[in-house]
Amino acid sequence: MVPLSYYLFLSGLIFTIGVLGFLVRRNLLVMFMCIELMLNGVNLFLVSLARKFGSMDGQIFVFLIMTVAAAEAAVGLAIIIAFFRNKKSANVDDLNLMKW
Amino acid sequence: MEFLIFFIAAIILVFASVLVVVQRNPVHSALFLIAALCAQAILYLLLNATFLAVIQIIVYAGAIMVLFLFVIMLLNLKKDEFGPERRKAQSFFGILFAVLLLMELGLVVKIGLSKLTPADASLSFDFGGVQLVGKSLFTDYLFPFELTSVLLLVAMVGAIVLAKKKL
Repeated sequence: MVPLSYYLFLSGLIFTIGVLGFLVRRNLLVMFMCIELMLNGVNLFLVSLARKFGSMDGQIFVFLIMTVAAAEAAVGLAIIIAFFRNKKSANVDDLNLMKW
Repeated sequence: MEFLIFFIAAIILVFASVLVVVQRNPVHSALFLIAALCAQAILYLLLNATFLAVIQIIVYAGAIMVLFLFVIMLLNLKKDEFGPERRKAQSFFGILFAVLLLMELGLVVKIGLSKLTPADASLSFDFGGVQLVGKSLFTDYLFPFELTSVLLLVAMVGAIVLAKKKL
Protein backbone atom coordinates (compact mmCIF):
# COMPACT_ATOMS: atom_id res chain seq x y z
CA MET A 1 0.00 0.00 0.00
CA VAL A 2 1.53 3.28 -1.13
CA PRO A 3 1.21 5.93 1.60
CA LEU A 4 -1.45 8.58 1.12
CA SER A 5 1.10 11.37 1.43
CA TYR A 6 2.85 10.27 -1.79
CA TYR A 7 -0.35 10.71 -3.75
CA LEU A 8 -1.10 14.05 -2.15
CA PHE A 9 2.37 15.47 -2.83
CA LEU A 10 2.23 14.14 -6.38
CA SER A 11 -1.10 15.84 -7.01
CA GLY A 12 0.29 19.07 -5.55
CA LEU A 13 3.24 18.79 -7.92
CA ILE A 14 0.98 18.26 -10.94
CA PHE A 15 -1.15 21.24 -9.94
CA THR A 16 1.97 23.41 -9.58
CA ILE A 17 3.26 22.36 -13.00
CA GLY A 18 -0.09 23.40 -14.44
CA VAL A 19 0.07 26.79 -12.70
CA LEU A 20 3.65 27.28 -13.90
CA GLY A 21 2.70 26.52 -17.48
CA PHE A 22 -0.25 28.87 -17.29
CA LEU A 23 1.96 31.69 -16.05
CA VAL A 24 4.91 31.15 -18.36
CA ARG A 25 3.44 30.21 -21.73
CA ARG A 26 1.92 32.70 -24.19
CA ASN A 27 0.18 30.25 -26.50
CA LEU A 28 -3.57 30.10 -25.80
CA LEU A 29 -3.86 26.39 -26.59
CA VAL A 30 -0.99 25.40 -24.30
CA MET A 31 -2.38 27.60 -21.53
CA PHE A 32 -5.67 25.77 -21.94
CA MET A 33 -3.91 22.41 -21.64
CA CYS A 34 -2.28 23.65 -18.44
CA ILE A 35 -5.75 24.28 -17.03
CA GLU A 36 -6.53 20.62 -17.75
CA LEU A 37 -3.34 19.68 -15.90
CA MET A 38 -4.48 21.66 -12.87
CA LEU A 39 -7.89 19.96 -12.95
CA ASN A 40 -6.12 16.61 -13.06
CA GLY A 41 -4.02 17.45 -10.03
CA VAL A 42 -7.19 18.20 -8.09
CA ASN A 43 -8.82 15.01 -9.38
CA LEU A 44 -5.92 12.89 -8.16
CA PHE A 45 -6.16 14.57 -4.76
CA LEU A 46 -9.88 13.80 -4.47
CA VAL A 47 -9.52 10.18 -5.58
CA SER A 48 -6.70 9.47 -3.14
CA LEU A 49 -8.67 10.96 -0.25
CA ALA A 50 -11.76 8.97 -1.30
CA ARG A 51 -9.61 5.83 -1.09
CA LYS A 52 -8.34 6.88 2.32
CA PHE A 53 -11.78 7.43 3.83
CA GLY A 54 -13.44 4.56 1.98
CA SER A 55 -16.18 6.86 0.71
CA MET A 56 -17.50 7.19 -2.82
CA ASP A 57 -18.20 10.93 -2.54
CA GLY A 58 -14.76 11.97 -3.74
CA GLN A 59 -15.07 9.84 -6.84
CA ILE A 60 -18.47 11.34 -7.65
CA PHE A 61 -16.87 14.77 -7.37
CA VAL A 62 -14.18 13.72 -9.82
CA PHE A 63 -16.85 12.45 -12.20
CA LEU A 64 -18.62 15.82 -12.07
CA ILE A 65 -15.32 17.69 -12.50
CA MET A 66 -14.65 15.68 -15.66
CA THR A 67 -18.06 16.72 -17.01
CA VAL A 68 -17.31 20.35 -16.26
CA ALA A 69 -13.88 19.97 -17.88
CA ALA A 70 -15.48 18.62 -21.04
CA ALA A 71 -17.94 21.52 -21.21
CA GLU A 72 -15.16 23.99 -20.47
CA ALA A 73 -12.94 22.53 -23.18
CA ALA A 74 -15.72 22.76 -25.78
CA VAL A 75 -16.60 26.38 -25.01
CA GLY A 76 -12.98 27.49 -24.51
CA LEU A 77 -11.81 25.98 -27.77
CA ALA A 78 -14.72 27.63 -29.59
CA ILE A 79 -13.62 30.97 -28.12
CA ILE A 80 -10.05 30.29 -29.27
CA ILE A 81 -11.32 29.57 -32.80
CA ALA A 82 -13.35 32.80 -32.82
CA PHE A 83 -10.30 34.70 -31.58
CA PHE A 84 -8.09 33.13 -34.24
CA ARG A 85 -10.55 34.10 -36.98
CA ASN A 86 -10.37 37.73 -35.94
CA LYS A 87 -6.68 38.13 -35.16
CA LYS A 88 -4.97 35.31 -37.07
CA SER A 89 -2.99 34.49 -33.96
CA ALA A 90 -3.11 32.20 -30.94
CA ASN A 91 -0.97 34.37 -28.71
CA VAL A 92 -2.36 35.95 -25.54
CA ASP A 93 -0.40 39.14 -26.21
CA ASP A 94 -2.78 39.82 -29.10
CA LEU A 95 -5.79 39.70 -26.79
CA ASN A 96 -5.63 43.46 -26.24
CA LEU A 97 -8.98 44.73 -27.51
CA MET A 98 -10.03 45.92 -24.05
CA LYS A 99 -6.64 47.41 -23.27
CA TRP A 100 -6.84 51.16 -22.88
CA MET B 1 5.06 -4.39 -6.66
CA GLU B 2 2.49 -1.71 -5.97
CA PHE B 3 5.31 0.71 -5.15
CA LEU B 4 7.01 -0.10 -8.43
CA ILE B 5 3.86 0.58 -10.46
CA PHE B 6 3.21 3.75 -8.48
CA PHE B 7 6.69 5.13 -9.08
CA ILE B 8 6.71 4.29 -12.78
CA ALA B 9 3.29 5.92 -13.28
CA ALA B 10 4.25 8.91 -11.13
CA ILE B 11 7.49 9.49 -13.05
CA ILE B 12 5.69 9.26 -16.40
CA LEU B 13 3.01 11.63 -15.09
CA VAL B 14 5.48 14.26 -13.86
CA PHE B 15 7.76 14.11 -16.90
CA ALA B 16 4.85 14.24 -19.36
CA SER B 17 3.36 17.19 -17.45
CA VAL B 18 6.66 19.08 -17.58
CA LEU B 19 6.98 18.33 -21.28
CA VAL B 20 3.46 19.71 -21.88
CA VAL B 21 4.72 23.00 -20.50
CA VAL B 22 8.10 23.18 -22.24
CA GLN B 23 7.23 21.95 -25.75
CA ARG B 24 7.04 24.74 -28.31
CA ASN B 25 4.73 22.94 -30.70
CA PRO B 26 1.14 22.70 -29.36
CA VAL B 27 0.63 19.31 -31.05
CA HIS B 28 3.52 17.84 -29.04
CA SER B 29 2.07 19.40 -25.89
CA ALA B 30 -1.29 17.76 -26.57
CA LEU B 31 0.30 14.35 -27.16
CA PHE B 32 2.28 14.57 -23.92
CA LEU B 33 -0.90 15.59 -22.12
CA ILE B 34 -2.51 12.37 -23.37
CA ALA B 35 0.45 10.43 -21.94
CA ALA B 36 0.02 12.22 -18.62
CA LEU B 37 -3.71 11.41 -18.54
CA CYS B 38 -3.04 7.72 -19.20
CA ALA B 39 -0.42 7.62 -16.42
CA GLN B 40 -3.00 9.17 -14.13
CA ALA B 41 -5.50 6.48 -15.10
CA ILE B 42 -2.97 3.91 -13.81
CA LEU B 43 -2.83 5.80 -10.51
CA TYR B 44 -6.63 5.71 -10.34
CA LEU B 45 -6.49 1.94 -10.76
CA LEU B 46 -4.03 1.72 -7.88
CA LEU B 47 -6.50 3.72 -5.79
CA ASN B 48 -9.36 1.27 -6.51
CA ALA B 49 -11.16 3.78 -8.74
CA THR B 50 -11.68 1.43 -11.67
CA PHE B 51 -14.67 3.25 -13.13
CA LEU B 52 -12.87 6.59 -13.06
CA ALA B 53 -9.78 5.08 -14.68
CA VAL B 54 -11.87 3.90 -17.63
CA ILE B 55 -13.71 7.24 -17.83
CA GLN B 56 -10.39 9.07 -17.66
CA ILE B 57 -9.11 7.26 -20.73
CA ILE B 58 -12.35 7.30 -22.74
CA VAL B 59 -13.56 10.81 -21.96
CA TYR B 60 -10.37 12.71 -21.16
CA ALA B 61 -7.68 11.09 -23.27
CA GLY B 62 -10.21 10.12 -25.92
CA ALA B 63 -12.83 12.80 -26.36
CA ILE B 64 -11.42 16.00 -24.87
CA MET B 65 -7.91 15.58 -26.25
CA VAL B 66 -9.24 14.72 -29.70
CA LEU B 67 -11.13 18.01 -29.53
CA PHE B 68 -7.87 19.78 -28.68
CA LEU B 69 -6.04 18.13 -31.56
CA PHE B 70 -8.88 18.99 -33.95
CA VAL B 71 -8.69 22.63 -32.98
CA ILE B 72 -4.90 22.70 -33.28
CA MET B 73 -5.14 21.27 -36.77
CA LEU B 74 -8.01 23.63 -37.63
CA LEU B 75 -5.95 26.64 -36.63
CA ASN B 76 -2.99 25.27 -38.60
CA LEU B 77 -0.38 27.37 -36.83
CA LYS B 78 2.84 27.99 -38.73
CA LYS B 79 6.19 27.95 -36.97
CA ASP B 80 6.38 31.74 -36.75
CA GLU B 81 2.82 31.94 -35.40
CA PHE B 82 3.81 30.12 -32.23
CA GLY B 83 4.75 33.61 -31.16
CA PRO B 84 7.42 34.92 -28.87
CA GLU B 85 7.50 32.68 -25.84
CA ARG B 86 8.83 33.11 -22.34
CA ARG B 87 9.76 36.66 -21.62
CA LYS B 88 12.50 36.78 -19.03
CA ALA B 89 10.67 38.67 -16.28
CA GLN B 90 7.50 36.64 -16.80
CA SER B 91 9.39 33.35 -16.54
CA PHE B 92 11.20 34.53 -13.44
CA PHE B 93 8.09 35.53 -11.57
CA GLY B 94 6.18 32.51 -12.86
CA ILE B 95 8.79 30.09 -11.55
CA LEU B 96 9.10 32.01 -8.29
CA PHE B 97 5.36 31.88 -7.76
CA ALA B 98 5.21 28.19 -8.69
CA VAL B 99 7.95 27.30 -6.19
CA LEU B 100 6.18 29.26 -3.46
CA LEU B 101 2.91 27.54 -4.32
CA LEU B 102 4.54 24.12 -4.24
CA MET B 103 6.07 24.80 -0.83
CA GLU B 104 2.74 26.05 0.48
CA LEU B 105 0.85 23.03 -0.85
CA GLY B 106 3.45 20.71 0.68
CA LEU B 107 3.07 22.47 4.01
CA VAL B 108 -0.72 22.26 3.91
CA VAL B 109 -0.62 18.56 3.05
CA LYS B 110 1.91 17.89 5.80
CA ILE B 111 -0.12 19.71 8.45
CA GLY B 112 -3.36 18.15 7.23
CA LEU B 113 -1.88 14.64 7.28
CA SER B 114 -0.69 15.02 10.86
CA LYS B 115 -4.31 15.63 11.94
CA LEU B 116 -5.70 12.70 9.96
CA THR B 117 -6.63 9.42 11.60
CA PRO B 118 -3.84 6.99 10.79
CA ALA B 119 -5.80 3.87 9.91
CA ASP B 120 -7.18 3.35 6.41
CA ALA B 121 -10.89 2.75 6.14
CA SER B 122 -11.81 -0.78 5.19
CA LEU B 123 -13.15 -0.96 1.67
CA SER B 124 -16.23 -2.73 0.49
CA PHE B 125 -15.77 -5.37 -2.18
CA ASP B 126 -16.92 -3.26 -5.11
CA PHE B 127 -15.34 0.06 -4.05
CA GLY B 128 -14.93 2.33 -7.05
CA GLY B 129 -16.81 0.00 -9.36
CA VAL B 130 -19.67 0.91 -11.66
CA GLN B 131 -22.31 -0.35 -9.26
CA LEU B 132 -21.37 1.85 -6.30
CA VAL B 133 -20.67 4.90 -8.44
CA GLY B 134 -24.05 4.55 -10.14
CA LYS B 135 -25.87 4.02 -6.89
CA SER B 136 -24.30 7.10 -5.36
CA LEU B 137 -24.85 9.13 -8.51
CA PHE B 138 -28.54 8.31 -8.79
CA THR B 139 -29.45 8.70 -5.10
CA ASP B 140 -27.34 11.18 -3.12
CA TYR B 141 -26.06 13.14 -6.10
CA LEU B 142 -29.12 12.99 -8.36
CA PHE B 143 -29.59 16.77 -8.52
CA PRO B 144 -25.98 17.62 -9.45
CA PHE B 145 -26.09 14.80 -11.97
CA GLU B 146 -29.18 16.25 -13.62
CA LEU B 147 -27.60 19.70 -13.57
CA THR B 148 -24.60 18.42 -15.54
CA SER B 149 -26.97 17.53 -18.37
CA VAL B 150 -28.08 21.18 -18.51
CA LEU B 151 -24.43 22.24 -18.35
CA LEU B 152 -23.51 20.03 -21.27
CA LEU B 153 -26.47 21.34 -23.30
CA VAL B 154 -25.42 24.93 -22.62
CA ALA B 155 -21.83 24.13 -23.52
CA MET B 156 -22.92 22.48 -26.76
CA VAL B 157 -25.09 25.44 -27.81
CA GLY B 158 -22.39 27.88 -26.74
CA ALA B 159 -19.67 26.09 -28.68
CA ILE B 160 -21.78 25.99 -31.84
CA VAL B 161 -22.70 29.68 -31.58
CA LEU B 162 -19.15 30.81 -30.79
CA ALA B 163 -17.55 28.81 -33.59
CA LYS B 164 -19.94 30.12 -36.25
CA LYS B 165 -18.42 31.86 -39.25
CA LYS B 166 -20.11 35.17 -38.58
CA LEU B 167 -20.16 35.93 -34.88
